Parts: sequence; structure tokens; C-alpha cells
Amino acid sequence: MIAEIGHFALIAAFVLAAIQMSLPLYGAQKGDLGFMELAKTTALAQFALVLLSFSALVNAFVTSDFSVLNVVLNSHSDKPLLYKISGAWGNHEGSLLLWVLILTLFGAMVASFGRNLPPQLRARTLAVQGMIAFGFIAFMLFTSNPFERVLVPPANGQGLNPLLQDPGLAFHPPFLYFGYVGLSISFSFAVAALIEGKVDAAWARWVRPWTLAAWCGLSVGIGLGSWWAYYELGWGGFWFWDPVENASFIPWLFATALLHSAIVVEKRDALKSWTILLAILAFSMSLLGTFLVRSGVLTSVHAFATDPERGVFILLLLVLAIGGSLTLYAIRAPSLQPGGLFRPISREGGLLLNNLFLSVAALTVLLGTLYPLFLDVLNAGKISVGPPYFNATFGPLMIPVLAAMVIGPLLSWKRGDIFAALSTLWVAGLSALGALAISLIYSGVDGILPAIGVGAAAWIIIGSVMELADRVKLFRTSVGDSWRRLRHTPRSVYGMTIAHFGVGVLLAGIIGTTAFKTESIQNMNIGDSVNVSNYNFTLNQVQSIQGPNYIAERAVFVIQHDGKLVATVNAERRRYPVEQDTTTEAGIHTSWNADLYAVIGEGNRSAGWTTRLYKNPLTPWIWFGTIIMALGGLVSLTDRRLRIGAPSVRRQRNIPPAVVAASVK
Amino acid sequence: MRSRKRQRLGLVSLAVILLGGAAALALTAFEDNIVFFRSPSDIAAGKAEQGRLIRVGGLVEVGSLKRIPGSSEVMFSLTDGSASVMVSFNGILPDLFREEQGVVAQGRLQKDGSFDAVEVLAKHDETYMPPEVAEALKKSGYWKDGSSAGGDKGYAK
Repeated sequence: MIAEIGHFALIAAFVLAAIQMSLPLYGAQKGDLGFMELAKTTALAQFALVLLSFSALVNAFVTSDFSVLNVVLNSHSDKPLLYKISGAWGNHEGSLLLWVLILTLFGAMVASFGRNLPPQLRARTLAVQGMIAFGFIAFMLFTSNPFERVLVPPANGQGLNPLLQDPGLAFHPPFLYFGYVGLSISFSFAVAALIEGKVDAAWARWVRPWTLAAWCGLSVGIGLGSWWAYYELGWGGFWFWDPVENASFIPWLFATALLHSAIVVEKRDALKSWTILLAILAFSMSLLGTFLVRSGVLTSVHAFATDPERGVFILLLLVLAIGGSLTLYAIRAPSLQPGGLFRPISREGGLLLNNLFLSVAALTVLLGTLYPLFLDVLNAGKISVGPPYFNATFGPLMIPVLAAMVIGPLLSWKRGDIFAALSTLWVAGLSALGALAISLIYSGVDGILPAIGVGAAAWIIIGSVMELADRVKLFRTSVGDSWRRLRHTPRSVYGMTIAHFGVGVLLAGIIGTTAFKTESIQNMNIGDSVNVSNYNFTLNQVQSIQGPNYIAERAVFVIQHDGKLVATVNAERRRYPVEQDTTTEAGIHTSWNADLYAVIGEGNRSAGWTTRLYKNPLTPWIWFGTIIMALGGLVSLTDRRLRIGAPSVRRQRNIPPAVVAASVK
Repeated sequence: MRSRKRQRLGLVSLAVILLGGAAALALTAFEDNIVFFRSPSDIAAGKAEQGRLIRVGGLVEVGSLKRIPGSSEVMFSLTDGSASVMVSFNGILPDLFREEQGVVAQGRLQKDGSFDAVEVLAKHDETYMPPEVAEALKKSGYWKDGSSAGGDKGYAK
């Protein structure tokens, strides 16, 4: 019964989406406030209905209701509660429902926080949001109904893919979708602005917090996925340039570009049509990512769907959304008012450089991701494009971005002085050169590329702090004055400093892990010791243990450094009898600057076990950097100017005449 | 107005230069780094490049998996029914590596016709066959209907 309620709630939400995408649009065109207000009501009601539907599905999973097909295929009564819940979105149908839930959540947030938006803009934005919801709910109802029943319920389910039974991956989809789908708001705002034919600083101010929130979610989601791959796949790597990873990384790159270009629109009223284009592209890439992952065109861990019918449906949605918005863009963008002028060396110039390089980098990643698919479709042979391609293209394109991200904030708007900026940054420049030199001495001339990376990381970490120091005139004025300036610095500036600092930390972690790791693969018997970069790993014992729904072989490694005990780590090979699957759990000892990482393979007492041991320098910095970046986004989000409800002169002007009339009375 | 045009011209030319540079970068990277998929039959027919990184896929032949005692080296033979290739690999085989099941090995073909793998990717669950392997098996006529439900769960690394 509860499953049916969930199904009906979804159908009702579908009907509401149909209303939301049509009547408010008509109302905005005709200036009918009643029709426009309808968008708000339907957006809120739609969210409530989808939430009800989603709860019904989670309920079916938690209570192990095996009369629901989706539960049979993806759950088992022995599973721990966390994975029963996460099982609800660990499959095609459920993850789509989560997608739609977050989509309607964003719609409801615009409806309830967007009180100060001009009614036309709000109505149109929500109408576009309604179109997306309509498409995706239709997709679910017609091809991927999560509430389908089975006639004869089996005694138990088939279990969830053990790789997904993991805390990192349980929370990876919600965050990732928060980012993916959050970009739909910037998209809807962009399309609404195109319909209206007006983009101004106020528009940019409304769009930025949504983009920022989505960007934070996407960053955390990608970070969680990477963290999971690192400890669960047992390969000692954190990023494989796998198509599924790229599918989330491409929208992230465009969202990052969008965040920065929206600043130019807000502050200088320039780059308007470019910003609109980025908003469209960012969400289009989210849709493309959804298509790649959901349609099963890729061969990768996340691709669950097999049905070509589904692929064609999503492809259709993709073509309509991207084709429609780009057509609208082509028609309306030329009529947008051109914005302010600026010199190449200026804050705008720096942000534009960031934008161009990020977008081009995103396109090269897109090319590498889609190229094997194209060849396959054309029957031109099976190929795969691996990390070397991405490293060779993406890496060089990032160097100017990394160099400019420290200098840009020190340039003034319209016309900047690059020599003044550089002379402010002499300490950062010197530290970068020093770090580069130390890295070169450590690794030899062959290590020139990693050394450049180390230098860039030092440049960013120190440069971003120096930028803030320069802003508050540290040491150039009294301590009290600096403190006063520091307190009056807007939160968005702090956000930028923190986020940029995080990029530096992340970069250091990436370089350390990829360029300076030590790896050792061998056969080990109990009592054997192996030396990995001065850390002595001893295989102490291998025991059988019983987990909640698996049995495991647990290898205990004792790690010593200079004869002193550093840590004891457990590496496991888990066997899940229900799913007939084996997973690897790496044993990891983390300190602030390195990971010691051990994996056990197949083997037995007489022949020994194959083991892989690693010392991964700076790997924790990857996670720290990601968290710091997302934190920077959050701090910026709390800035008064961006807080959605904050009053401003400009917004007062946009209060509809009817309201003004009412308040005058 | 003139400077606005100049600004736009500057932007467009910068974008074009950047795109051109990126395209050149991507093309060279493609040339060096694309990994072709070859079947054991291709290798037997001499259609596979020696010394270049390629992928080869097939079924693991029953009884062919050998561990070199006291080392982490393993050897196994991959077949598509009409030809087979000997693969050697140093490391931990993926969790789903089993005999008579489809795997893809990435590595380099040696002069003696054996294959030195740097990476072995196994199919991800019981109902899944890597698509490249399925196609190679179909080509060689070794494909049995029902031997795979043809899911798309992808490789486990």
C-alpha cells in the first residue's frame, strides 16, 4: 500500500510539473500575477509530493518489502540499516527519484527564499524548473518506475552490490546530485533571463548563491567518490579519469568558471552573454553526465542501466534541454545590452582567463570521454583513452589558471597593474621557487613536472594568504587598523581566500600522491617483512572474521619506522555470500602528511599472499584541500550580499507595483 | 564603440588561439595515448602492435592460471575460442577474476607473442561480460547465447 502511495504521489507531482511549466510562463508573458504566483505553490507542493514518494521508497527498503521489485533486486534483510537506506538510491530507479527529489527541493527553495525576486523572473525560472521536472518524472513513470511490484514476493532479496556497501559511497550520490541538480537553478535563471531579454547585476547576484551551493555539493560529492575509490578499489590511486568520474568533473569545471564569471556580471556588468552560456553549459554537462551514467553507454562501475529504451529517452531529454536552450541563446543573446569595457590586464581579464582555460580544459576532458563512444558508434574500432591523455592535456591547461588565480585578485577592476601585483607577491614567488628547487633536488631532473606542480602549490597556498594580508595592509599600518580591516572584510573575500588556499592544498596532495608514491608488490608469508620507503611492513597474521553480511580474510600488518612501532593496519578481502562477490578493503594508516596503505590479494598459508604496499605522501591533503575548498564556498555563501533574503536598494525597486500600492494604503 | 569592437575581437581571437592550442595538445596526446582493443585472434594474425600499450580481452582458460611460487607474479591464458594469448601479470588480480570468465588485460605485447599486463580488469558481476570481450567472442564464433545476460555493470578495477 505504501509503495502505491509513493507511486501516486509521483504521478501527482508529474501533473503539478505540467502546470508549473506552462501557466506561470503564460502569466509572466501577460503580466498576470495570479498565474505567476501559481509557480510558487506548485513548486512547494511538488517537493512535498516527491518527498512523500521518496520516503515511501526508503520505507520499502528499510522494512525489506520484497513485494517491490526494486527492493528484491537491490536489498537483503541481512544488510546493515545504513545500506538498506542507501540501497534506495544505489540503483537506477531510486537514484533517479533522488535526482528528482533534489530538483524539486531546489525549486521549493527558490519559491520560498526568492521572495525578493521580481515576480516575472521567479515565475519563468520556476517554469523552466518545472520543464526539467516534467521530463525526468516522465522518464521515471514510463521507463523506470521504482515502485513496480512482483506478483510472488521472494523470501529474500538479491542484495546490494557490495562495492556500494560503504559509507563513502552511501553519501556520495546525495552530494553529487545536490551539485548536479543544483546547477539546474542557474540554468533556469539563465533561460528565464533569455526569455526576459535582460541580464543585469541583480540577476548575477541571484544566480551566484545557487551556483555556489551547487558547486560546494559537487566538490564534496566528487571528493567522496574519489575517497571511496582510493580505499575501496585497492589500487592506491584516487582518480582514474574514468568516464563516470569525468561525467561529474566536467560540470564542476564549468560551474567553477560560472562562479567566477558571475562576479564580473555582478561587479562590472560585463561578460553577460558569456555567463548565460556558461550557466547553460554547466547544467547541460550535468544532463550529459546523467545520460552517460544512467543510459549504460559506458562500461563502468556506476552504469547500472541496461535498457536501450531508457538511453533513448534520456538522449531525447538531453537534446530538448540543450538544443532548446542553445537555440534560445542564439536568438536572444545578441540583443543583450553589452557591458563595461576593460583592459586585458585587469580583474576582469584575470577572471576571463580563468574562464577560458577552465572551459577549454573541460572540453578536452569531454573530448577524451566521448571519443571512444564515437568510434564505437561509427564501428571504427574499440579504444580506450586513459590517464596519460588527460594528464597531457588537462595538466598544461591548468598551469595558467593556477598562476593567475593568485595574481587576479590583486589586480583592480577595469585596468590593473601587474607589476604592482607581482611585487606584492614576492614572498609567494620566492617560496614557489624554493619549493620547486627542493623538489628538484629530491627527485632529480626527471621530476621537473612534479616540481613545477609543487612550486605551483606553494605559490597558491602562500599567495592566497598574502592577498588577504595585502588587503588588510598587514605590517603597513598599525595592528589595530589591520584587525579593523580584517573584521570589515566581506565574507565573500574570506571565502575566496579559503577556497584558493584549498586548491593549493589539493594540488600538493595530488602531486605528492601521483609523483612521489612508493609502491611494492610481492608475495608474503606470515612473519615476512617488506621495506617501503623506510617503513617496515610485517605481515603479522591472517585471520578469518565474520561481518554482518560477509566473511573476510583479515591481514594484520605491523608497520615500523626506525625500529619504532608506527601503526597496525588491517587489510581485508571480503566475500559476500548473497551477492557472490568479493571486495577489497585497504588497510590505511593516515597521518597529516602521508598514508601508509596495505592491500591483500588472493593466497593461502602455504603459498603466501600477494600484497601491495604503498607509501602515499600528502594523500590526506587531497581530502583536506577538497574540504577547505567547499568550506570556502560555504563561507562565501553566508556573505550578507549573497544571502537571498537580504534587503538591498536594487531589490526594493523590483517590488511589484501591486505590493507597493498595498503598502502605501 | 570602436574599443568595444576591439575588445570583442581580442576576446574571440584569444579564445580561438586557446582552442587551437588545446586541439593540437589533444591530438598529440591522442596519438600517443589511445589504447586499442585487440582480440587473441588479432594477436595471432599479427594485427596487434608490439611494444605499444594495448588491451586484450577474452575468457580465462580453465586450468591456465599459474602462480609463480614465492612471487606475486601470475600467468594465465586468454582465449576467444579460436586463438589464445599467454598473459603475465605482477600484482593482485581483481576481486572478480575467475576462470572461464571475461577479463580485459592492458599491457604490451612481447616479441615472443606473450602479453605483459600492467593492469587486469575483470567483469563486474556474474551476469556481465565486458562488451569488448563479448564482441570478440561473437566475431570468433565462440559466443554462446545465455552465457551472458549482457548487463552493463562495468569493470571493477
